[in-house]
Amino acid sequence: MQITLTLNDVRVSEEIAPDMLLIDFVRAHGCKSVKRGCETSNCGLCTVFMDDKPVLSCSVLAARADGHKITTLEGLQEEAAEFGAFIADQGAEQCGFCNPGFIMNALALFREQPYPTEEQVKEYLAGNLCRCSGYEGQLRGIMSFLAWKKQKEGVQ
Amino acid sequence: MMTIREYKRAESLEEAWQLNQKKPNRILGGMIWLKMETINVGTAIDLSGLGLDTIEETEDSFSIGAMVTLRQLEQHPGLAAYTHGAMREAVRHIVGVQLRNLATVGGSIYSRFGFSDVLTMFLAMDCDVELYKGGILPLQEYAQRPYDRDILVRLIVKKTPMQLYYQSVRNSQTDIPVLTCAAARMETGDYRIVIGARPLCAVRFELPAEPALAAEQLAAQFAESVKAQVITGSNMRGSAEYRRHLAGVLTKRAVLELEQRKMQEEK
Repeated sequence: MQITLTLNDVRVSEEIAPDMLLIDFVRAHGCKSVKRGCETSNCGLCTVFMDDKPVLSCSVLAARADGHKITTLEGLQEEAAEFGAFIADQGAEQCGFCNPGFIMNALALFREQPYPTEEQVKEYLAGNLCRCSGYEGQLRGIMSFLAWKKQKEGVQ
Repeated sequence: MMTIREYKRAESLEEAWQLNQKKPNRILGGMIWLKMETINVGTAIDLSGLGLDTIEETEDSFSIGAMVTLRQLEQHPGLAAYTHGAMREAVRHIVGVQLRNLATVGGSIYSRFGFSDVLTMFLAMDCDVELYKGGILPLQEYAQRPYDRDILVRLIVKKTPMQLYYQSVRNSQTDIPVLTCAAARMETGDYRIVIGARPLCAVRFELPAEPALAAEQLAAQFAESVKAQVITGSNMRGSAEYRRHLAGVLTKRAVLELEQRKMQEEK
């Protein structure tokens, strides 16, 4: 079947199998930041934005994405680099495998709530698993980023 | 592994219903559980083009389309106000935001999973199910029916005056619950307690008002009543005995919370 979608601001048309998952589609188009993790919809590694909402690409048919806008980390380089530097500063990642999904969902959070509290951060990111760390480094990185952002934007 | 021979975005409910009468065909909800089945689907029927992804609020009810996501339930201000935050509490522990942006009300209710927070919550409310061919029937009745090939179109929640409270116990933050409990206190003082994740399908208990009892006594009495009636089972998350004990504890906490809320309102 034929689908047409917008992947990272580029219109893509392709013939696909009806049971192709979105994760396989985006990876076949070079978006290798999207990782295959648990495949049971639990780990958050495969997070992409579908019409600007974070979803698990391992649980969406590519056919369902027909006509929609899909964004991966490759399409958010600038926004991600700024935030990612704070995560790196805390040495928050070890193997780094969870990082793309984690950054995607954190960016989704900042779009919904520009200055979330620590509790709101924990709740929003509960669907992103990291098997190396205890999440403390990531949390420190997020809170440092938010403090920097507040200062930069002159928010009390 | 799931395979799909054909994918069809239905253009009408009639078309979806016709396609769904063939045994190998399946309606797609959020696809969270379906994709983990070992199943060969003939035609995957997608309802996402039928406008069933909205929550409509009127003066006396909510109409919740089958394709509304759990995240929409979580964020809807009208549902938050009516349920006193219980709706958000019922869904916010379900894995993560990304999953809740996919999982649908229709998928959760049609599947009638034993562990369902969503079914537990809606059973505490005055909720009907609208089926495409079967018409409107109470959720309480639908929850006990065997699976059929009709299409769940929407849920209709009547804004009956009641106070709602929701709790669940989980072994870890985003795991499937060990036990769920939704409680409703009617204006008459009657209670409705729903216990889910027993691990069997959620079950509802109606408890008549006891105006002569103080809050503590009422909570203890209702907790004993639910414990005595509820049928629980064992699995890797908890034993039947533990679940029965939890059913009593959660009922007691719910009654105390709702009685306190009532007293605060009366002040």
